[in-house]
Amino acid sequence: MLADVPIVFVLIGITAYTVLSGADFGAGLWMLVPGGGQASAAATRDDTRHAIGPVWEANHVWLIFVLTVMWTCYPVAFGSIVSTLAVPLLIAAIGIIFRGTTYALRSQLERGEGRGVELVENLFALSSVLTPFALATVVGGIATGRVPVGNARGNIITSWLNPVSIMAGVLAVAFSGYLAAVYLAADARRLSERTLMRDFRHRALLSGVAAGALALAGLLVVRAEAGTLWHGLTTGAGLALVIVSGLAGVMTLVLVWRGYFGLARASAALAVAAVIAGWAAAQEPLLLPGLTVRAAAAGRATLIATIIGVAVGAAVLVPSLGLLYTLVLRGRLDAAASDEPAAPASVPGPVVVPVARRAASVPGTRLAWAFAGVSLVAGVGLLVFASPAWAIAIGVLALLACAVTVFALTAAPEDGA
Amino acid sequence: MGLSLAGASPAPVNQQYLFEARQMQALSLSVHIPLVCFGIAFPALVLFAEWRYLRTGDPVYRTVARRWSRIMLALFAVGVVTGTILSFELGLLWPVWMQDFGNVFGLGFTLEGFSFFVEAIFIGIYAYGWDRLRPWLHFASGLPIALAGISGSFFVISVNAWMNHPTGFTLRDGRAVDAHPWSALFANPFFYAEYVHMYFAGYIVCGFLMAGAYAWAFLRGRRGRYERTALRISLTAAAVAAPLEVVVGDWAARDVAQYQPVKLAAMEGLAQTTRGAAEHLLGWYNGHAVVWGIEIPKLLALLAFHNPNATVKGLDIVPLADQPPVNVVRFAFQTMVGIGTLFALLSLFYLYISLRRRRLPNARWFYWAVLLAGPLSVVALIAGWITTEVGRQPWIVYDVMRVDAAVTGAHIIPFGYGALCLVYLGLAGAVVWLLRRFSRIPLEDDDAG
Repeated sequence: MLADVPIVFVLIGITAYTVLSGADFGAGLWMLVPGGGQASAAATRDDTRHAIGPVWEANHVWLIFVLTVMWTCYPVAFGSIVSTLAVPLLIAAIGIIFRGTTYALRSQLERGEGRGVELVENLFALSSVLTPFALATVVGGIATGRVPVGNARGNIITSWLNPVSIMAGVLAVAFSGYLAAVYLAADARRLSERTLMRDFRHRALLSGVAAGALALAGLLVVRAEAGTLWHGLTTGAGLALVIVSGLAGVMTLVLVWRGYFGLARASAALAVAAVIAGWAAAQEPLLLPGLTVRAAAAGRATLIATIIGVAVGAAVLVPSLGLLYTLVLRGRLDAAASDEPAAPASVPGPVVVPVARRAASVPGTRLAWAFAGVSLVAGVGLLVFASPAWAIAIGVLALLACAVTVFALTAAPEDGA
Repeated sequence: MGLSLAGASPAPVNQQYLFEARQMQALSLSVHIPLVCFGIAFPALVLFAEWRYLRTGDPVYRTVARRWSRIMLALFAVGVVTGTILSFELGLLWPVWMQDFGNVFGLGFTLEGFSFFVEAIFIGIYAYGWDRLRPWLHFASGLPIALAGISGSFFVISVNAWMNHPTGFTLRDGRAVDAHPWSALFANPFFYAEYVHMYFAGYIVCGFLMAGAYAWAFLRGRRGRYERTALRISLTAAAVAAPLEVVVGDWAARDVAQYQPVKLAAMEGLAQTTRGAAEHLLGWYNGHAVVWGIEIPKLLALLAFHNPNATVKGLDIVPLADQPPVNVVRFAFQTMVGIGTLFALLSLFYLYISLRRRRLPNARWFYWAVLLAGPLSVVALIAGWITTEVGRQPWIVYDVMRVDAAVTGAHIIPFGYGALCLVYLGLAGAVVWLLRRFSRIPLEDDDAG
C-alpha cells in the first residue's frame, strides 16, 4: 500500500508534465511550421513564443519532480532505466539545454531580426520537437518491457528504437502540437486576435485528428509488437481507461470545433491522464520485467519521508501554481503596450533627482554600527571557539545579522550613491 | 527480490570510460555552480533595489531592479536547464549509486524540486509582472524567489554533505537498508559548515561578477548615477560576505579535520601523521612531503584543532589506493584560500573608504581589482568544489562506495561527453554575447512605462 503511493505521485507528475510542458513543446512545433494560416508567419511565431514565457520554467519542473521521486522511492528501477535508456535520455537532455537557452536568448532579442534570430528560433523549435520524442521513446521502452533490472543490461539501441517507442515518440510530438494549438487558440481569443484564433482552431482540429489517428495506429503497433501490453490495455481497468481516453479525445475535438477552448483544455488533459493511467494499469503490478512496484520500493522510512515531503511541498505548490495560472489566464502577465520601446525623447534621463530623501539619523546609524560590531565579535567568537551545535547556530545568526546590517548601512547611503 | 536481480554487489562493471564519466559530471557541475550563486544571492539584491525604490521613489533604483530582473530571468532559465542536465547525469552516469543509496539521499532532491517549482513560478510572475501588478504586490511576488533560492541550495548541499559524511542507514551487501533520510540529511554534523560556506560564496560570486561589469563601465568613463548605484549594491554584497567567509571557512576546515582527516591531509600535503604539524604555503607535494613551500611551524595543528601541539592525521592512515590526488586537491585549496584572502583585503578597503569618506573609492587600481575579482570569484568557487569533491576521492559515498563501483555500464559516455562539451561551449558563447548585449541596451528602455 505504502509502496504504491509514490508511483501515483510519479504518474501525476508525468501527466502534469505531458499536459503542461507538452503544450510548451508544441508551441515550438508551431514555430517550426508557422505558415498555412491567415495571420503572417512572423505574427504566429511571436504570439507562440510570448504565450509560454511566464510558465515554461514552472511546467518544466514536473520532469525534475518525476525523476527525484523515482530515484528516491524506486532506486533499483531508476538505476536500471537510466542506464539502459541512456541514449534517448542524453538526447532529451541536450534538447532541454537547447530549448531553454535558445528561449532565453530569443527573449533578449525582442526587436532583433536577421540570421542570428532565425537560427535561434529554429534551434528552439527543433529542440522542442526532439525532446518530447526522445522522452516518449523512453516510456515506450519501459512499457514494452525492454528494460531488464541491472546496470545497463538492456539493449542500448533497440530498447528505444523499436516500433512501439517510435510510435510513442511521434504521438507525443503530435499530441504536443495539438495541446499547444488548443491553448494558443484560447490565448488568442483572450488577446482579441481573431485571425490567430481561427488559425489555431484549424491547427487544433487538424493536429487533433492526426493525434487520434496516430493513437489508433499506435494501438495496432502495440498489438503486433507487445503482446503483454496489448493484453493489459484491452482487459479490465486498462480497457476502461483506454475508452475514457478515446471519449475524452473525441469530446475535445467537438469542444474545439464549437470554440469552447477552456473546456477543451480540461478534456484534453483528461485524455492524457487516462492514457497514462491505462499504461500503469496495463503493466501493474510490474515496474520492470520481474520487478514489482512493491519489490522495487525503498524502505518504509524513505517512503514516509517522501510522502510527507511531497505533501508539504504540495501545500506550497498548489496555491503558487494556482496564482501563476490565474494571472496568466486573466492576461495579467501579458505583454502590455508599455513594453514597446518608448521614444527616448519622452523619457527623462537617468539623472533624475530622487523624490524623497530623508536626512540621515545620526544616533540611529551609530546604534546600527554598534549592533554590527557586537554581532561580529559574537559571531566570530562563537564560530571559532565554541563547539556545541546551538552555540554555532547562534554564531552563524550573529554573522548574518552583522552582514545584513553592514550591507544596509553601506549599499544605499542616505546621501545618494 | 530486487536485490538479487539488481547486480548491486560492490564489484564494479568494466567501465573503460570512468575518466570521461567523471569529466562529464565535473563539466556540468562547474557550469551550473556559478548559476547557483546567482540563485542564492541575486533575488535578494534585486529585491533590495526595488525596496529602495518603493521607499524613496528614486527612479534609479527602479532602473537597477528592472534591468537586473531581466538578467535574473535569463540566468535562471540557463540554470534550470543546466540543473536538469545534472539531475539526468546523476542517474545516467552513476546508476549504481542511485540504486544502492537513492533511498537515503533522494529525499533531498525531491524537496529541492519543490524549491525549484516555487522559484520558477514566482520568477515568471515577478519578471513578467513589472507595471502589471501593484508595486508592493510585485515586490512581494519576488520574496518567494529569494526564499526558494536559499532552500533549494540547502537541500542540494545536504546531499553533498551526506556523500562526504554518510550516516542514517545500515549497509547490507553493499547497499543501504533501513534508511532514515531526515536524520541522514539534516542531522548531519558535516552539513551546516558546508552550507553556510556555500551561501556566503553565493554572495561573493554574484556580487563580484555584477560589480565587475560596472567597474568596467567606470574604467570606460561611464560613472552616472545608475552605474554608481548598481556598483554600490553589488559590491557591498560581496564586500560584506568576503571577510566573513574567512571565519566560516575556518569552521568548515575544522569539520573536515574532524570527519575527513584524509581529505585534510591531502589539502595540506601531510604524508605522515604528525604532532604539531606545520602549514605549508605554495610548494609541491612530491609523494612524501611538500617541497619548495613556505613552512610555518605548528600552524596546521593550531588551525585544525586550536592546539599547536595537536596530532594531525596524515595520508598514511589509509592505503595509497584510498588516497585522493594530493597535488590537485592541495593546489585547488590554496587557490581558493589565496583568492579568498585577497577578496577579504579588497573588501575591507572598500568598506573603510565607504564608511570614512562616505563615497566610492577614486583609485583606478581599485576598479581594475574589482573587474578582476569577477572571474577570480568563479575560479575560487570552482577551486573550492574541486577541493571538496576531488578530496573525497576515490569515494562517491565516503568510506562506503567507490566511484568506480557506481558508474554506469553503458558505453556511450565518450559520445555524451563530446556532445556536452560542444553544447556547453556554445552555451558559454551565448551567455557572454547576451550579457554584452545587455550592457549596451540604453538605460531609457528600462525606464519606459
